[in-house]
Amino acid sequence: MAATIQKTTNAITLKGSVKLITEYLNFGIQNILYQRGVYPPETFRAEEHFGISILISTNPKIHDFLQKILGQMKEWLVKEQIQQLSLVITSISTKETLERWDFKIEYDTRNDGTDEVTGNKDIKIIQKEIRDVLRQICSTVSFLPLLDCPCSFDLHIYATPEAEIPDQWGERGPCFISNSEELQLKSFTTSIHRMNTIVSYKAD
Amino acid sequence: MSQFAFINSLNSAVKMDEPITRGPIPRYEKRKILESSNLNSSAALNSSKNKSFNSSISSKTPKKPLEHSTVRKTPSKTPKKSPGPTANATTPGKAKTPTGGDRFISNRSTIGFELAQYKMAQENVNANGPENLDADQKERHQIITENLTGRDLSGTRILEYQKKAPIPPEGYQNHLKVVYSQSKTPMSSKSANRYIPHAPERILDAPDIIDDYYLNLVDWSITNILAVALGNSVYLWNAETGSIDHLLELEGADYVCSVNWIQEGNYIAVGTSLGSVQLWDVPQTKRLRIMDGHSVRVSSLSWNSYILSSGSRSGQIIHHDVRQRDHLVATLLSHSHEVCGLKWSTDGRYLASGGNDNLLNIWSGIPGQATFQTTPIYALSSHQAAVKALAWCPWQPSLLASGGGTADRKIRFWNCNTGVCMSDIDTQSQVCSLVWVPAFKEIVSGHGFANNQLVIWKYPALTKVAELTGHTARVLHLALSPDGTTVLSAGADETLRMWRCFVSDRKKETQCKTIETSILRPHIR
Repeated sequence: MAATIQKTTNAITLKGSVKLITEYLNFGIQNILYQRGVYPPETFRAEEHFGISILISTNPKIHDFLQKILGQMKEWLVKEQIQQLSLVITSISTKETLERWDFKIEYDTRNDGTDEVTGNKDIKIIQKEIRDVLRQICSTVSFLPLLDCPCSFDLHIYATPEAEIPDQWGERGPCFISNSEELQLKSFTTSIHRMNTIVSYKAD
Repeated sequence: MSQFAFINSLNSAVKMDEPITRGPIPRYEKRKILESSNLNSSAALNSSKNKSFNSSISSKTPKKPLEHSTVRKTPSKTPKKSPGPTANATTPGKAKTPTGGDRFISNRSTIGFELAQYKMAQENVNANGPENLDADQKERHQIITENLTGRDLSGTRILEYQKKAPIPPEGYQNHLKVVYSQSKTPMSSKSANRYIPHAPERILDAPDIIDDYYLNLVDWSITNILAVALGNSVYLWNAETGSIDHLLELEGADYVCSVNWIQEGNYIAVGTSLGSVQLWDVPQTKRLRIMDGHSVRVSSLSWNSYILSSGSRSGQIIHHDVRQRDHLVATLLSHSHEVCGLKWSTDGRYLASGGNDNLLNIWSGIPGQATFQTTPIYALSSHQAAVKALAWCPWQPSLLASGGGTADRKIRFWNCNTGVCMSDIDTQSQVCSLVWVPAFKEIVSGHGFANNQLVIWKYPALTKVAELTGHTARVLHLALSPDGTTVLSAGADETLRMWRCFVSDRKKETQCKTIETSILRPHIR
C-alpha cells in the first residue's frame, strides 16, 4: 500500500512531462526576449512561476505566436518527432543572425507504442532544475554581446522527416552565425524528456 | 572465338554501369539460339541432353535413381574426360556446347542468372537515380553539414510557423546599453568608495628616454624634485614650481643608466654606462665625487643611509661608503646576469636584488651599514623572467613585492623573515615596476604589452582597484610623490604621466611625516 502511494507521488506521465517542457520553453523564451532587450521592457509584467518571478510579455501577438507553436510542439513531443527548438534573433535591417538559443530535446524514456510512459522523478526536483536554468538564462546577460540594433525573433523547429507539416507551417534552411561562440547552459530532465539549452552568439 | 565472347560478356556484367544491352550477346542467350538452331539437325541429341539436364538436377541428391543412368545417353556420346561414370552423373555440365572446346560449363538454368542480372541492372539504375552522388561526394556533403550545424541534418527538417511574431515598435532602443560598461576587467566592489581619475593629471615630455627594461631612470625625492635621466642627461623637475633644471650631461657615448635620491633628498647618485657612479649635490648643482668599481654599466642603485649599493650589468653588487676615501666596502657576487632591481628595505635590514638571471636575492643588512655576507639569506627562483620591479612595503617591514618580466608576468609578495612567497598575482603582462601607496594600502604596477597600463591593486586582498591606460608604449618606471597622492609613470612612448589617484582625507597625516635629520649631512664636506 505504502509502495503504491510512493509510486503515484513520484510518477510523472508523458503528458505531464510534455506540459513541463512546453512551460519551460514558454518561460525561457519570454525570459530571453526580456533579458536580451528584444522588446521594450515596459511591455513585460512579472509573474511567479517555478518559484521565481519571470517576466511575461503583455503583447497579445507574441502570446498567440508562442501558444500556436508550443501547442503544435506538444503534439510532436508526444510522437517523438521533434529534436530541437531554436530561438533565432536576427537584425531587422540586415537580416543577419545575431544569436541563437537551441533547446535540444532528447528522449530519455522511449515511447514503446503504449500510452503508459511514465518517469519516476519528483516534480519538485524537476521544477528546481528548471528554475536553475531560467536563472542561468538571466545571468547570461553579463557576457552576451549587446544587441545594438532593432531585432526580431523567430522560432524554428527541427523535426524528424516523418513529422507532418500542418497548415501555415513551412520548411526552411538552418540559421548560422558567422564567427560564433557557444555556451551550454545547465540541462535538466523530466526523466522522460531531457532538455539541453545552448546559446550561440557572435564573438567580436 | 568463344572464349573472347565469354570474356566480353563477363566484362559487361562486371561493369555495373548499365543493364547489359549492348555488346556481344550473353553466352546463355547465344546458347539458346544455338540450341534452337540445332534442334532440327540433332533432335535426338537435344532430347537426350535435356534429359541429361533433368537427370542431373535430380541426381544432385545422394540417392541416385538407377533408371536415369540407364536411360542417359550423353556420356557415351561425348568424349569422356572424367574417369568414372559416377563423376559424369554428378557433374551435369559435361555436356559440350556445340561450338566450344573442352571447357567446363555450368548449368545456367539452375543458377537463376537472368534474375541476378536483372537485379544487378536494377541496382545500377538506383545508384544512378535522382541523388546522382558517389560515395565520396555524399561523405563530403555530410561533413560539410556537420561542420556547419554541429550535427548531421540529413534526417531533420526545419520547420517554421509562417505567421511571424510582431517586430518591436519603431524607434525602440535596447535598454540594456546601460548594463554594458566600458571597463575591461571586473573591478573590486571596494573601488567605489573613492573617485579614481582614469586620465593623467599631467603629461610631461621625456624625449630620448631610453627604452630599456633593465635601467632605472626615474626617482622622486622627498624634497619633491623628480629626477629623470634622458639619454646622457639628468633633468630635475620641481613638482612644486614646475621648473626644470638640467643637472648634468655625460660626454661621448656615455649615458645615464640609473638615478637614485638619498633619503634626505639633497644628493643624487647617478650610475653611468661606463661603470662609474657619480654623486651630485643638487642644491648647489655640483658633482661631489665619482666612484669607480664597476667595469660595465650601473643599472641599479639604492641608498641605505650613507651606504650606496650599486648593481651592474656583470651581476656585481658593490656597496660604496660615500663618506670614506676608500669608498668600496664590499662586493657581492651572486647574480650571473645584470642586476636590474636593487632596493634596500625601509628599515635597512634587508637588501633585495633582482637580476636578469631570474633570481631574486635577499641579503641581510644592518641599518645604516653595508652587509658583508657574501651569500644571500634567500635566493628565490620563483620568477620565470628578469626581476626588475621591486618594492618594500612601507607599513609592513620585511614584506617585499617583486614583479617578473615578459615570460613571468607575476607579482609576488614575500615575507623576508621566512623567505616564503605569501601570494602572487598573474597580471597577464610584463611587470616593469611596482610602487606601494601607504595611504590606501595599495600597490601600483606598471605594465608592458598589451595594454601598457598601470594597475592599482588592493593589498592584501589583491583585488584590482583600477586600471589606468594612456601610455602607448610600456610603462618603464614608476615613482610615488613624497606626499603619496600622485604616481608618476615614465613610458617608452617618451612621456611622463602623473596620476593623481590617491588623494584622501588623511592627506594631512601623510604630510605630517617629519623629515628625519640626515646622518650624512655633517660628514660630507
